[in-house]
Amino acid sequence: MIWIAVMLVVLTLAAALAVLLLENLLAAVAAASVVSLGVAVMFVILQAPDVAMTEAVVGAGLSGLILALALRRLGQATLDIDANEAEHDA
Amino acid sequence: MRNIATLLLLGGLSFLLLVITGGLLFGNPPMLIGQGIQQAAPTEVGAANIVTAVVLGYRGLDTLGELSILFAAATAGGLVLGSTRGRSGRPGGFILRTGVDLLFPLMLVAGLYVVMHGHLTPGGGFQGGVILAAAFFLPLLARPQESLDHTWLSVIEALAGSAFIALGLAALFEGRAFLTPLFDHGVLGALVSSGSLPLLYLAVGLKVGAELASLLVRLSADDEGAS
Amino acid sequence: MNWAIGLVMFVGAVGLSVIGIAGMLMSNHLFRMVLALAVAEAGANLLLILAGYRWDAAAPILLPGHSTQAMVDPVPQAMVLTAIVIGVGVQALALSLVIRVRQHYATLDMRVARQRMQDALDQAAGVVPPRSQEGPAGERPLPAPTRTIEAGGPHD
Repeated sequence: MIWIAVMLVVLTLAAALAVLLLENLLAAVAAASVVSLGVAVMFVILQAPDVAMTEAVVGAGLSGLILALALRRLGQATLDIDANEAEHDA
Repeated sequence: MRNIATLLLLGGLSFLLLVITGGLLFGNPPMLIGQGIQQAAPTEVGAANIVTAVVLGYRGLDTLGELSILFAAATAGGLVLGSTRGRSGRPGGFILRTGVDLLFPLMLVAGLYVVMHGHLTPGGGFQGGVILAAAFFLPLLARPQESLDHTWLSVIEALAGSAFIALGLAALFEGRAFLTPLFDHGVLGALVSSGSLPLLYLAVGLKVGAELASLLVRLSADDEGAS
Repeated sequence: MNWAIGLVMFVGAVGLSVIGIAGMLMSNHLFRMVLALAVAEAGANLLLILAGYRWDAAAPILLPGHSTQAMVDPVPQAMVLTAIVIGVGVQALALSLVIRVRQHYATLDMRVARQRMQDALDQAAGVVPPRSQEGPAGERPLPAPTRTIEAGGPHD
């Protein structure tokens, strides 16, 4: 059990770092969803199923959808890193 | 320079958080209010899910405030984004369209189930409302030309919000405090139990679902300018 | 054994908050600041839930048989439940503001956007800016900036 918790925390922290460090914004959005999913599993372990459900539905699902839609509207929803870089420098 | 200051702040912050929690009664908190609520909730409110009893029964005013914040945020978002011009883009492929047609009723049922069983199992108006919003948004992904009717969404949202407040006000006429659960609270664990809590959660679910669906529709629309 | 799980998750919660705040402070990209805000939010929510966690307790849902079982504190859970939903509303508002900034100033970099906003303000007020950030430091007045704002100005 303790190893599950350790692995979860490591995964979540790594995803949180990836949110800040990934060049591609679409990948960063995906990493943010991974953070939410990891936190949701932690809520389950911490005996908070209500909150876990909310976090999984809202944080990992809807929030990622909103972020991705906004990214598309910003014209940066691309898997091409060069395009992002060009935009960033402009 | 700015980065160094930031790092110093972060180091201090994490140190502080760790030290403060070192002094907490961690893992065995002195839960005075929580204990009281757990003992009183089954007989006072009658909801098997005590979190629901707290959210709607004991702290219903908080939930009303939260609904207002969500309403303000969604309205401000719509205002900032301005009037939408409709969607362009290719319709989705065969797999996307078929999958959406298949998923839409299932998600509708799942969302309504989560909303209606909020007082028995984990779930409730917020989670179910989000599922409903996603269910109504999915067809727009497959068929970008269609659009949800904003008028209907506004009507549903307004009616649900009014119903929440009306249920709260109805308690006043019985001589009790605002948002006190009404009706008999029935058998613990039955679907029709815990008084007006399922009705309140239904109102919350519809309101949240309509708000978020209209927000998603606005966000997914095209810009007014070129870009 | 259970206390160790709580401890590990506490480290995770503090780490998430710190990483999120670091991202908000150190990043200049507006969209990434919104993402970092979401991460910090998740950390804060986890911290709140941990405050109500008991080692030996069950989830706060009554089952027909075990009504006298110890349960975790339901009050922080109810608070976090609302906090998550408010968080997504705030996030949507922030994103629409970011979209608006991009429409007006054609950039997502906070420094560039701030510079262009200042230029637009100065132009609207008819003031020659006393010192451009890109110019040499010093008190002597510089000529008016010749740089125009690309795709600037309100659309409507």
